[in-house]
Amino acid sequence: MKRFARLFREIDGSTKTTVKVAALASYFQEAPDDDRLWTIALFSGRRPKRAITTTRLREWAAEKAGLPLWLLEECYPVVGDLAETIALLLPEPDAALDLSLTEWINRLRDLAQQPEETRKTIILDAWDKLDTTERFLFNKLITGGFRIGVSQKLMTRALSQATGKPEPELAHRLMGNWTPDDTSWHDLIESEDGSTDNSRPYPFYLAYALEDEPDALGSPEDWHAEWKWDGIRGQLILRGGEQYLWSRGEELITDTFPEFSRAKDFVPEGTVLDGEILVWNDGPEPFNALQKRLGRKSVSRKMLSELPVVLYAYDLIEFAGEDMRQRPLEDRRAKLATIFDQLPEEAPLRLSPRLPFAAWDELGEIRETARDNRAEGLMLKRNDSPYLAGRKKGDWWKWKLAPLTIDAVMIYAQSGSGRRANLFTDFTFAVWNGDDLVPFTKAYSGLSDEEFRKITAWVRKNTQERFGPVRQVTPEHVFEIAFEGIHASPRHKSGVALRFPRISRWRQDKPLQEANTLDDLKEMLAIYG
Amino acid sequence: MSKSQVLTFTDRGIYCPAGDFYIDPWRPVDRALITHGHADHARDGHNRYLATQAAAPILKHRLGGIRLETICYGETRNIDGAKVSFHPAGHVPGSAQIRVEVDGEIWVVSGDYKLEPDGLSEPFEPVKCHSFVTESTFGLPIFHWQAQEEVAVQINDWWRHAIANGITPMLGAYSLGKAQRLLSLLDSDIGPILSHGAVENTTAILREQGYTLPDTILVQPDTKGAEYPDALVIAPPGALGSTWARRFGKVSTGFASGWMQMRGVRRRRSVDRGFVISDHADWDGLNRAVTETGAENVFVTHGYTDIFARWLKDRGLNAGIVSTEYEGEAAEGAEAE
Repeated sequence: MKRFARLFREIDGSTKTTVKVAALASYFQEAPDDDRLWTIALFSGRRPKRAITTTRLREWAAEKAGLPLWLLEECYPVVGDLAETIALLLPEPDAALDLSLTEWINRLRDLAQQPEETRKTIILDAWDKLDTTERFLFNKLITGGFRIGVSQKLMTRALSQATGKPEPELAHRLMGNWTPDDTSWHDLIESEDGSTDNSRPYPFYLAYALEDEPDALGSPEDWHAEWKWDGIRGQLILRGGEQYLWSRGEELITDTFPEFSRAKDFVPEGTVLDGEILVWNDGPEPFNALQKRLGRKSVSRKMLSELPVVLYAYDLIEFAGEDMRQRPLEDRRAKLATIFDQLPEEAPLRLSPRLPFAAWDELGEIRETARDNRAEGLMLKRNDSPYLAGRKKGDWWKWKLAPLTIDAVMIYAQSGSGRRANLFTDFTFAVWNGDDLVPFTKAYSGLSDEEFRKITAWVRKNTQERFGPVRQVTPEHVFEIAFEGIHASPRHKSGVALRFPRISRWRQDKPLQEANTLDDLKEMLAIYG
Repeated sequence: MSKSQVLTFTDRGIYCPAGDFYIDPWRPVDRALITHGHADHARDGHNRYLATQAAAPILKHRLGGIRLETICYGETRNIDGAKVSFHPAGHVPGSAQIRVEVDGEIWVVSGDYKLEPDGLSEPFEPVKCHSFVTESTFGLPIFHWQAQEEVAVQINDWWRHAIANGITPMLGAYSLGKAQRLLSLLDSDIGPILSHGAVENTTAILREQGYTLPDTILVQPDTKGAEYPDALVIAPPGALGSTWARRFGKVSTGFASGWMQMRGVRRRRSVDRGFVISDHADWDGLNRAVTETGAENVFVTHGYTDIFARWLKDRGLNAGIVSTEYEGEAAEGAEAE
């Protein structure tokens, strides 16, 4: 744990990427195999199963610190992280115990079989033997979510420095549903043939948003355009007689969408498709419909018949067991078309159509009709582009529609967590309904750090009432809220729910009375909902 | 709290009806008693000021030609029906708690304070009273300060490490108090200490008053970083990352504050190193101070007022909250420390 704590301090103590990468790379060179495997697992979101509820953890920490529980609860929003709050509250350790990262993790995993009293004894004992940083990390192992400023990209770069292997290869090796229990450092990182696992997906190729007009991209004939669909990205793998569906967040969602169990009837073995999962009823439905299907382990028959999904395929990553990623897009699309040519109507698969265009301004006009086509905008892909790993500039661009906007009044504020702890960053906004303000959305991003500081000082002076961490503030400030879509929602007081709401600017020029009304929102719902 | 109030809380600040004066008021008044020279306590525009002798030079420097009377620590002065005396608060050089006695009823206003002697400020003295008005800037049990010698080791190590790598360490610290405290902790054997004009002004005044501080070199408009390869630079937080800082080429930024205890704040500041050192009392310090006054009534101001007051009530004290113009709660503004 000392080595891991030192790594953490080096990463956490610097704002420079080069320093973080160097620290990680040297850790990957020096640490024992099981520790470095676990480090990769933790930094890629694979944490040990939670053995203790955070409720118990809070109670035990308060008891150990000799403080009432309410006081710990008050500290938590200030610090913005439970693991850190507990690490700071506890009294100084009375001894030291130097176990490795893996040994601590195994201790935690053994807890699952123990009665609660034993778990408590073991946790309190651990707190007694770890310094503040080690305790913080130990608590993080329990509470999960190892987000400490190390992205997958940064870790892959460090691994590449440490092993001499290219980054895209390592990115691919880290994909899939491995855990430290079913692989080893050697199998995962070093082995010659890393592709023994049929379910392992390829890293998604992600596009940047197009900031300028597309004219700068050169000749239109070098480009392929299609709709940017408003569903979720999915990678469908058909290997070894099985099918696996992965989300962009690297979650295996095969069971959430049983529709695809029939995919192997239509698509040959050894195929990997990249596409958009959408609810389809004679055409794509808005995201709102798909949302009802997400996060479910079991799906009812009713849901399957009312909200059936399809994969709108736009790329072919593997064909006949062969990695297609280095081939140009037009070749991949041509192969993809041959598969889809023969598909019957009942197949849960569609080809995302190419949008032909001869000039950029013509494509601009097509883009304006995106909402009518249930799309968020356009995707632009260079005809000769390979399928790269991760977010890369140059060959793929998303060209979204300008968002919808509405001017709203801030009525509640709540402080953020982590880097934003202590700053009021989460706001609830309202529109006018006669003389009343009706809340309709929350938004928590879009302002600069400077604006957040300013609004935080204002919130402190203009709090009318507190509800735990939430403050009701004097209605005074108007903000422009941007969002991608709107739909009816009986669960909300306003009757609407927004898609991707965020603050687009602080309308300091706009008087309170001139904010938009509930009728304005309902009109938008009628047009775009 | 049945007796007539020795002090009341008004929209101008803490007021003493018997003596017709205010303590650290934030709107212009006739007579102001000032605990110390930080801008959120010593404001412009009052008719008459009373402060300690030790605080006077800074007050004159910051507020210009004010009508200022001074008083020694421990000296008693009668102001109409009130007996007033100033006692060391240990916050910054010259800082005081103010004791007010009316008809045998004693109140103490802490101003800002810390219990740990910093070797520079007149050390904190507990003052027995019936009612204590305490700050609570760091009034949460997550705040525990290390001994300042330990922080000194960290800062000096950082200095050595930076110059060994050809990088200039630049330490951000508020120009009154924190900057001088850090100066006194620096190991001048490592190299020279360069100081920003705002820090240098205050340092010069304190030096003249007789506070022992190491030599510093004022950064002039034509000063070049390359002339002082071993130097550490001390500057107000606002100067970090400014055009002024560019002359030093590659720098490692450090920031010294109690807020650096929290990762979130540290990351938001985006400094390379955060040193946890404060001129305010930590959780244990606040609790000890409250206990040592023997007060039955405690009024909590400046900071985590509601939480600290609730904690004190749990402990069986009469505790109330005093709101000020300055919600010190987690304020990271320039004068929060």
